[in-house]
Amino acid sequence: MSNNLTNQQAPASEATGRQRRHPLLRNLSAKIAAIPMVLVTLVGFVGCSVWSIVYSFTSSKSLPRETFVGLKQYDRLFDSSRWQASVENVAIYGVCSLVFSLGVGFLLAVAMDQKIRFENTFRTIFLYPFALSFIVTGLVWQWLLNGDFGIAQVIRDIGFTNFEFNILSDREYSIYAIVIAGLWQGTGFVMALMLAGLRGIDQDIWKAARVDGIPAWRTYLFIVIPMMKPVFITTLVIIASGIVKVFDLVVALTDGGPGVSSELPAKYVYDWMFGRGNLGQALAASTVMLSTVLIILIPWAYLEYSQKKDATHG
Amino acid sequence: MDNTLSNTALTEPHGPRPKRLISTRNIVLYGFLIVAALYWLLPLYVMIITSLKGLPEIRMGNVFSPPVEITFAPWAKAWDSACTGLYCEGLKVGFWNSVKILIPSTIISITIASVNGYALSFWRFKGSEIFFTILLFGAFIPYQVMLYPLVIILRELHLFSSLGGVVLIHTIFGMPILTLLFRNYFASVPEELFKAARVDGAGFWRIFLQIMLPMSLPIFVVAIILQVTGIWNDFLFGIIYAGTHNFPMTVQLNNIVNSTQGVKEYNVNMAATLLTGLLPLIVYFISGKLFVRGIAAGAVKG
Repeated sequence: MSNNLTNQQAPASEATGRQRRHPLLRNLSAKIAAIPMVLVTLVGFVGCSVWSIVYSFTSSKSLPRETFVGLKQYDRLFDSSRWQASVENVAIYGVCSLVFSLGVGFLLAVAMDQKIRFENTFRTIFLYPFALSFIVTGLVWQWLLNGDFGIAQVIRDIGFTNFEFNILSDREYSIYAIVIAGLWQGTGFVMALMLAGLRGIDQDIWKAARVDGIPAWRTYLFIVIPMMKPVFITTLVIIASGIVKVFDLVVALTDGGPGVSSELPAKYVYDWMFGRGNLGQALAASTVMLSTVLIILIPWAYLEYSQKKDATHG
Repeated sequence: MDNTLSNTALTEPHGPRPKRLISTRNIVLYGFLIVAALYWLLPLYVMIITSLKGLPEIRMGNVFSPPVEITFAPWAKAWDSACTGLYCEGLKVGFWNSVKILIPSTIISITIASVNGYALSFWRFKGSEIFFTILLFGAFIPYQVMLYPLVIILRELHLFSSLGGVVLIHTIFGMPILTLLFRNYFASVPEELFKAARVDGAGFWRIFLQIMLPMSLPIFVVAIILQVTGIWNDFLFGIIYAGTHNFPMTVQLNNIVNSTQGVKEYNVNMAATLLTGLLPLIVYFISGKLFVRGIAAGAVKG
């Protein structure tokens, strides 16, 4: 007993000794260990973003220059037909990806949640493309959608000899090729998130619904989906922030073509920054991308934060 | 008995239990799943059979028919002598570059992030939560905003267009998700364990090395899976920061397939594509559920 007491006193006196030190020196090892994180957040994320925003107001060409020209770069950006095409395309890609990956992903998750046989096999099949890079995804679909030898040829072989299906070289539809490839790659992930959400729902809900004689589809629509709101929102944010970043997929699949028909904002930034040596223009475009993400992100972060605060109070 | 039943029910699917094997419901259910599975498997199947065909057969036949004559020549060519537009040394150059990028990036990023996560759960200091919040925001910031300033920073450090540069970039951009992963894991470690070690006089590093590390092996595996697939699949950072001599496999693959010179060799292209996808696929098939856990890390927990 007395031994125990002396043991406890030792760290206590050490702690008071520590408090007398300068506040910056307290917890020193932890602070040293956190230096990389502090550098990355301050210099990397905050510093770099601010730098880019500031230089988007300059007339920098291939090297950064401090000649400020106000909103000129933005005027030029919004006038550029290629940027307009990029924005339109990312909207098409975004809406299609969101609707289909959430829709199909949820349906797959519901199907997987019916006590099916071979659940692991199906899960493995739906999710394996997510392990592959966008470059691999893009190149596979480039081959499948090849107008001469791809799926189109298979349909011609069946008997529709005049069948033409060449969306990769069609100005109007080339963006949908990117949608198809993107959905193949990412829907399995949405399915996995949705399935985790479905498994998190209380079993008693199902029992209660069955006792009341409510059909399964109505239970899903009116009880389960509203209960899964947090999962849907998180998935939505993840998909949305992915949509803004899409770059590799276009480079591999269509390289923005034909013409500018499948250009996307991320590629616009890259091309102007490293290809055409027009830094100001590229930074203006990237700032617009950043603002879009913040518009999605801030309400979500606010929502999450206020929910957590409520949870701790309640 | 009753207890075990209710326990298993918690981890099993929640849908209504099927009654007979052949029913309208089952036909619709399995029909949907099988059609979906075929759609998802089709590209892999086409990739494999195309890579085993000769060029004349590809031009004559259709993409779904299995090869009449199996040849491994496209694989050999893709690995050893396919042209990227500049030189004809095949994908092996890119493969070894990717390995050289992958190993240090994985080790460094995970080491730093695990210490970060540990510090953030047990050794909070004034402002540590603010940095963590900014770090998480960083995961969502479009990379395009940070690309050029990082070029300048790397140039100042004499790391631009070098292996070291691209390793540093992977460490930076891997930090948010990895730190979150480790922080959430260490947060589930009982506080008493930490306090007991403190009472015994162990400091920051001793507690980390002797107590936390041995018990956090599973989360390290998840982190490794996450980083290995993520870094291997990267294209953007490789093409910008690695420099021409260190182009990773994805960049070389794209250069081989989308090079405009010469005849398009679809079989070689598909063999090259499969070779590039092989490592992440192997990781995926071996790791199984851990992979799902890795990619969903932080996503569901929030």
